[in-house]
Amino acid sequence: AKYISQCIDEIKQELKQDNIAVKANAVCKLTYLQMLGYDISWAAFNIIEVMSASKFTFKRIGYLAASQSFHEGTDVIMLTTNQIRKDLSSPSQYDTGVALTGLSCFVTPDLARDLANDIMTLMSHTKPYIRKKAVLIMYKVFLKYPESLRPAFPRLKEKLEDPDPGVQSAAVNVICELARRNPKNYLSLAPLFFKLMTSSTNNWVLIKIIKLFGALTPLEPRLGKKLIEPLTNLIHSVVLTTVLPGLSVAVLISLSSGMPNHSASIQVLTWLWRLSAVKYLGLLAMSKILKTHPKSVQSHKDLILQCLDDKDESIRLRALDLLYGMVSKKNLMEIVKKLMTHVDKAEGTTYRDELLTKIIDICSQSNYQYITNFEWYISILVELTRLEGTRHGHLIAAQMLDVAIRVKAIRKFAVSQMSALLDSAHLLASSTQRNGICEVLYAAAWICGEFSEHLQEPHHTLEAMLRPKVTTLPGHIQAVYVQNVVKLYANILQQKEQAGEAEGAQAVTQLMVDRLPQFVQSADLEVQERASCILQLVKHIQKLQAKDVPVAEEVSALFAGELNPVAPKAQKKVPVPEGLDLDAWINEPLSDSESEDERPRAVFHEEEQRRPKHRPSEADEEELARRREARKQEQANNPFYIKSSPSPQKRYQDTPGVEHIPVVQIDLSVPLKVPGLPMSDQYVRLEEERRHRQKLEKDKRRKKRKEKEKKGKRRHSSLPTESDEDIAPAQQVDIVTEEMPENALPSDEDDKDPNDPYRALDIDLDKPLADSEKLPVQKHRNAETSKSPEKDVPVVEKKSKKPKKKEKKHKEKERDKEKKREKEKKKSPKHKKKKHKKEKEERTKGKKKSKKQPLGSEEAAGEPVQNGAAEEEPLPVRGTSAPPPRTCDIRGSLQEDSQVTVAIVLENRSSSILKGMELSVLDSLNARMARPQGSSVHDGVPVPFQLPPGVSNEAQYVFTIQSIVMAQKLKGTLSFIAKNDEGATHEKLDFRLHFSCSSYLTTTPCYSDAFAKLLESGDLSMSSVKVDGIRMSFQNLLAKICFHHHFSVVERVDSCASMYSRSIQGHHICLLVKKGENSVSVDGKCSDSTLLSNLLEEMKATLAKC
Amino acid sequence: MLEESREELMRFMLLFSRQGKLRLQKWYLATSDKERKKMVRELMQVVLARKPKMCSFLEWRDLKVVYKRYASLYFCCAIEGQDNELITLELIHRYVELLDKYFGSVCELDIIFNFEKAYFILDEFLMGGDVQDTSKKSVLKAIEQADLLQEEDESPRSVLEEMGLA
Repeated sequence: AKYISQCIDEIKQELKQDNIAVKANAVCKLTYLQMLGYDISWAAFNIIEVMSASKFTFKRIGYLAASQSFHEGTDVIMLTTNQIRKDLSSPSQYDTGVALTGLSCFVTPDLARDLANDIMTLMSHTKPYIRKKAVLIMYKVFLKYPESLRPAFPRLKEKLEDPDPGVQSAAVNVICELARRNPKNYLSLAPLFFKLMTSSTNNWVLIKIIKLFGALTPLEPRLGKKLIEPLTNLIHSVVLTTVLPGLSVAVLISLSSGMPNHSASIQVLTWLWRLSAVKYLGLLAMSKILKTHPKSVQSHKDLILQCLDDKDESIRLRALDLLYGMVSKKNLMEIVKKLMTHVDKAEGTTYRDELLTKIIDICSQSNYQYITNFEWYISILVELTRLEGTRHGHLIAAQMLDVAIRVKAIRKFAVSQMSALLDSAHLLASSTQRNGICEVLYAAAWICGEFSEHLQEPHHTLEAMLRPKVTTLPGHIQAVYVQNVVKLYANILQQKEQAGEAEGAQAVTQLMVDRLPQFVQSADLEVQERASCILQLVKHIQKLQAKDVPVAEEVSALFAGELNPVAPKAQKKVPVPEGLDLDAWINEPLSDSESEDERPRAVFHEEEQRRPKHRPSEADEEELARRREARKQEQANNPFYIKSSPSPQKRYQDTPGVEHIPVVQIDLSVPLKVPGLPMSDQYVRLEEERRHRQKLEKDKRRKKRKEKEKKGKRRHSSLPTESDEDIAPAQQVDIVTEEMPENALPSDEDDKDPNDPYRALDIDLDKPLADSEKLPVQKHRNAETSKSPEKDVPVVEKKSKKPKKKEKKHKEKERDKEKKREKEKKKSPKHKKKKHKKEKEERTKGKKKSKKQPLGSEEAAGEPVQNGAAEEEPLPVRGTSAPPPRTCDIRGSLQEDSQVTVAIVLENRSSSILKGMELSVLDSLNARMARPQGSSVHDGVPVPFQLPPGVSNEAQYVFTIQSIVMAQKLKGTLSFIAKNDEGATHEKLDFRLHFSCSSYLTTTPCYSDAFAKLLESGDLSMSSVKVDGIRMSFQNLLAKICFHHHFSVVERVDSCASMYSRSIQGHHICLLVKKGENSVSVDGKCSDSTLLSNLLEEMKATLAKC
Repeated sequence: MLEESREELMRFMLLFSRQGKLRLQKWYLATSDKERKKMVRELMQVVLARKPKMCSFLEWRDLKVVYKRYASLYFCCAIEGQDNELITLELIHRYVELLDKYFGSVCELDIIFNFEKAYFILDEFLMGGDVQDTSKKSVLKAIEQADLLQEEDESPRSVLEEMGLA
């Protein structure tokens, strides 16, 4: 790090040097540092400098650095606009190329907007190298600036038939990407692509085209049919010829989204399967095909199952995903069986856990849709409990509970299995781990308790649950144990009493009394509370029993009724009744509110939540009645509400309750009692038998056409073939629709993401171009550049001259005011103003002419974006620069800041209203525009007025100048909205501000003695010029110099005068002007030689015109 | 399915050594420095932890990462959505071939010392995350010509410099 910071210091030094080669090298180093993760954003400005180097070597490095380090947040990026534009129009194709490449990495919406037109022009460049790049970058531009899509699209389409294959493939790429966003707009291109596909030999292009068709076919089914033949040919030829098996899979994947017929592709896929390299992709492709054509994949089940043996975990996981999607009623058992063997084999708990969850997922997907035999499923679950070290005990437990509750027919079997589980010791062993497999006991205990009537040997189970070892289990499981022991106990009690075995009943009670204290001592509060409560209850029963009072009835009444599953979202879906404010307190808040029991724990009805009865006393009768009705509805639909409770519910029994759900009879053909812990394999066999039997029966029935009302379900159709639908489940899953209240609100659909960046590209390309959609064109510039770059030079000169002229005029005006106050000899301001106006008009006229010409030529060149609107192009009035206007009481200390005020007169010569004008000036190192606080460098500064047609107004801007010894030019852009009857267009004008050295001078009076002292001091450098052919009178000449260059006359003797002026930074300038015959010589002395020589140059130019 | 797909093109390309040193990075979607650093670090860890026989694709965050190891260098690309992994793998290979042709049996040191060249080649080959030219010949031709241009530039430099200084 120390070394690096040293390096960075070195680089900073290098960047400060003038030598561009050194700078470029420094930037190159920075690029490398950036890669190593160092921040180089501080050097952004230097990067731009290097980018603008004229030599390709440096430009290349500059662009590279820019593309690596710039992003949308880089604020100097705006400064690059003009540079990039210049490079784009460079005669060297490599300059252009490097600019395009760089731009592709850091294009911003602003850059895209400004440069879209330039890039479009490049799309028809003579060099394919440029065309190719330009076409590709258009995609980036479209993304950033979607408005450009429509105007650019026709040309993009042309490029599809470009003679150069590179350009062609670039165009295909771009259109393909566009089409995938929004295929329907590109349907019209289908025939063209069809042709390309059959003729192209470039595999890369082919793939793109096929991808494109993949996007198009869902919209146009006819296309799919047409495609089949060439595609299958293609698949075969690609597979045979290419060395890249990947390509063919790529083809297949794209096919899968839209192809109606998969037989061929599947065939090839399986062929490819043998290549292990693409196994992963094959699986991926399969899963895609699976979505649309499940059957064709199912036949490759074996292959997929083989993948489970693969070494790579990601392949195994993919295969698992695939299996999840391809199970059916028919193959579920087989697949799960296979998975179970894998569970046994699998090493590493994570993968095993993954397998376990997948098995459960597969089985439970869409409400156990594929399970035909729940006994089998229960035994699978029980087998899974034998896994050691799994983290998913909870999951298994939840499944057990769910199945036992939902599938009424399975309860008996489930109970027998669960009691076996409770009995077995292995689960208790692993009790230390939370969420471990011991969680299953939670489910087992609950099921045995709740459905104790199905128990074969309840006494035995009771003892198992009261074993001392149970206390090692986690608290929440113990709590369930305690609770369910009582249920079991109540059940046993009832049995014994019915059988008249009073002694047996007492023995059971005694057992309870003996064993319960171990739970009372539990550290878990819940267990403690329940246990002590129940212990008291049992003791009480014991007393009653001693008196020979039958208690069983009352005890079992504790647990009467059924529990129903409630969907997790049910509560949310109940609409809030009108007038019920859920946030308002019903009562004053208690300090310690009771927590509501979660469903699995809500074993007692007594504990179930009651609806808060909240009845405002002021409600009138009608309101009450309405509410009662509403509540009635809710109660009927609310599974939490106790249906079996007495009177109030009786009245509503006509409303469909849970009890009314048709639960189909159990298929008794399967022996329900399987001794011990059965292997699930048995069920596979049994299931087959059952199906076979079912089939036979069906056949029989068909023959006899006689209803046999004995067992199983008879809902199946009479089709003799055994399809998925035919396999009737052995038990019916009680998918209670009432899980959701009837009046549940539909869940909100996810709105389309409004932030989707591609939505903007959803543009109808078939609509004709509207005028307003023209790209912002810098018209005159364009015309210049499209002719030849050399032409740029004279135009620039023309431009730069004009402001100068105007500038002077303007300054004159301003100074007039000053001068008047300072009581200096001057021409009358009135006269000048007139002159000024006249000249301006003349000038603008001339400019209009000079501008129209290039415009005309552009139209002739057939620019599609040009139309009549060009005539209305507003003509700008060039900017003028002036020193800061001094207010009357100024003390002459102008050094305080090096600021210059530029007054710009804007005249609207068009017939549109100009609004939203914004001035952006490209700052140079030396001159900066003073901007409002908080705005960044590339923000435009708004012009504070609008311009109706024919009106002119003046705006003033302040510039800060560092060094005034040299004249300089600033480039800037004026953007505005021109609004007329046809609509509004956004347009731009480029201009240049010319800061001459004279404009930095302020007229300062000087007395001759002070002047003499200055000259004598000797610290002024000297320079002189001579201009011949001057006919003007000396008087006028001096006036002119005073005028244009802000000097004042110190002394005048005949044809000789001394003059003085001072710069805003305090340089003294002394002049001696001598008039000879037809010539004038000017000798100057100044504290800065550069300033002096530049000033004299300017003066020479002025005098030459005299 | 179509709605799901977002950016199809390559998001970024990274080259890093087995020691976890970044050798080259190219981002085709403007990303802030901080985010870049974080992603690079995480991705490098993930990729370097994988065993040699594992497959070249992995899903990471919401991206698909395609990587391949050539000698001590990992070439790693991130793509999104529906884009094709194999094509990307092929692109990586193409790029390596290009480097190989240009440098003449390329090694890690070539890329360290001439990293700007490596970038230039990549820029000629891929642009904005999409293949620019599939032909190796034309890419190399473009690079060679650009280099030629650079050399022409370089020779008269000293003279110009003097003029510029004077």
